Amino acid sequence: MLKKVSIACAITATLVGAVACSQQTEVSAPAASKGIEPKLFTDSLFAVMNADRANYTKLVVARLGPKGSGVVKPDEHWEEFDNGTLLPAQMFRAGSEAVAEVTDEFTYSLQSLWPIGKQNGPKTPLEKEGLQYVVDNPGENFYGEETLGDVTYYTGVYADVAVSEACTSCHNDHKDSPKTDFKIGEVMGGVVIRVPI
Amino acid sequence: MWLTWALLTILIGGYFGYTLLLSDDKSEFIVGTASHGHYQIEMACETCHTDAFGGPEIIQDACENCHANELAVSRDDHPKKKFTNPRNAELLKLVDARQCIACHTEHQKEQTRAMGVTLAEDFCYHCHQEVGENRPSHKDLAFDTCQSAGCHNFHDNRALYENFLVENANKPWLNQISKLKSANFSHFRAPKPESNSKLEVSAIVGEKMASHPEIHQQWSGSAHQDIQLECAGCHLAEADKGVDSSWVEKPGIESCESCHTQEVAGFTSGKHGMRLSKKLNKALTPMSPALARLDFHEQAQHQQLSCNSCHDVHELNVQVAATESCLNCHADEHSRSYQASAHAALWQAEVAGEAEEGTGVSCATCHMPRLESNRYVDEARTIKEVSVQHNQNATLRPNEKMIRPVCMQCHSLEFSIDALADETLIKNNFSTQPAVHIESIDWAMKREQ
Repeated sequence: MLKKVSIACAITATLVGAVACSQQTEVSAPAASKGIEPKLFTDSLFAVMNADRANYTKLVVARLGPKGSGVVKPDEHWEEFDNGTLLPAQMFRAGSEAVAEVTDEFTYSLQSLWPIGKQNGPKTPLEKEGLQYVVDNPGENFYGEETLGDVTYYTGVYADVAVSEACTSCHNDHKDSPKTDFKIGEVMGGVVIRVPI
Repeated sequence: MWLTWALLTILIGGYFGYTLLLSDDKSEFIVGTASHGHYQIEMACETCHTDAFGGPEIIQDACENCHANELAVSRDDHPKKKFTNPRNAELLKLVDARQCIACHTEHQKEQTRAMGVTLAEDFCYHCHQEVGENRPSHKDLAFDTCQSAGCHNFHDNRALYENFLVENANKPWLNQISKLKSANFSHFRAPKPESNSKLEVSAIVGEKMASHPEIHQQWSGSAHQDIQLECAGCHLAEADKGVDSSWVEKPGIESCESCHTQEVAGFTSGKHGMRLSKKLNKALTPMSPALARLDFHEQAQHQQLSCNSCHDVHELNVQVAATESCLNCHADEHSRSYQASAHAALWQAEVAGEAEEGTGVSCATCHMPRLESNRYVDEARTIKEVSVQHNQNATLRPNEKMIRPVCMQCHSLEFSIDALADETLIKNNFSTQPAVHIESIDWAMKREQ
């Protein structure tokens, strides 16, 4: 009996020690540096995304597509063609998916209140509010915090503006588009960037 | 009492400890019958269970290790990367589509349905409820019909997406008897004839040739003779070629693989050869009908599958490999109905020399389709490479995967969809017209108007 008690005490002492050590490790870890402000971070990310998106639309799709030299064929089903290339919205989405395979420090998506693919419509209350805000307040961005799953995010919503005729004509002519009178310069949707905080 | 208890504990613990750590047979630890896709390799446990510690990512990595490429080729409509954005958090509570095992849980035979799916059949509805509201044609459809009615697949919709339906609508059921493309893939990888002819004929090769003139006769006129790949090319160990040394009586799959890389990769990815895959953590015996779950001829039960079980390695008669080899083993209703089918009539005409080469429809025409890809040579030249898909499961299920590479080579899209949705037609090997009609093309055309 005495032996059993001794073994039990030894095991308990070991476990308590291990837990204490692990807690000690956490306490003694250096405090994380404050880093960049979330707003500045999401604004900067959007600046890069927006520039790349506009450049792809103007310098590749418009210049090399059917209304330019005709070298490439931008198409929703681009994989069907040897010279097929992604539509600007697909290119943007492909970038966001590729980024998600590298990091979860931030995520982004292209959405719209008038999506062609219904899964690209707003899903969270903040997305709905933000997309509506950037439509109602041209030139302004929307910022907020939301908890999805068990994680709280800083979320920025930025207007996605029609930069070329390729954007408006594709959406206006698509049979699944809920809105068919987009004009160049109008807000067609929004880029939603999230940073876990 | 205490002593008995302790002894029993040690014995039981010792037995399972030995089985887990030292024994080659770990069947005691199989928690349930594996699905039809994995039962052949269930004893290579660590191929999937690569680490005793870790979360679902361990299994996910194992799934992707074997299936990522085929999902990419199929233009997967629901890849993991579509679900990693946190905006999907609510949906992921219903189905965690980031993990293969959310839909394909292994060792759960009682709840495993077609394609190894272990979810209830209404899983599409949870994320796509709005379809019923937005599409009048879909309004009153049952919750469980999306992927069971010949209209949609979860992963591969290359033959089913709306634009494709529209572009291929209103075509005659039989367009033309298409001519099968000649495979040339391994030709580009075969040793140059001049290098083969330089192989010295060693004494043992000469001896073997003299004692087996019938084998030399079979080889004469074969594709291997065309490229002057002589006995030594396969029967002498790689390091010994040209030297009077070791003779390999029955060269294995690795010998074929040295030129036929694509064919062997396909073979070891499907049910014929997966037990020989290098991705397994341990070597298994080759597959044989006795181990399988389908119906096979009694006399074939203990046949073991390798390259030469279908291909006569000396004569290389691909006509034999394309049908006879299959029917020597397979005895299910579909296989038994083949010889009386319209497809078989075309094949028999080709074999008899009464029809142009490539116009017959053998088992392999449909189940081992020819794959075409571009091979870059230089700025001015890109050549078409044609290979035979030796993974006969690559286009088997869901059977709509067969529509583009196989059925539509001769038939219309509409006929193909209907035929593949008709279970009776599959059983009688397409000997009658489809009695089933899938309305997807009709609905797509209606939206065009």
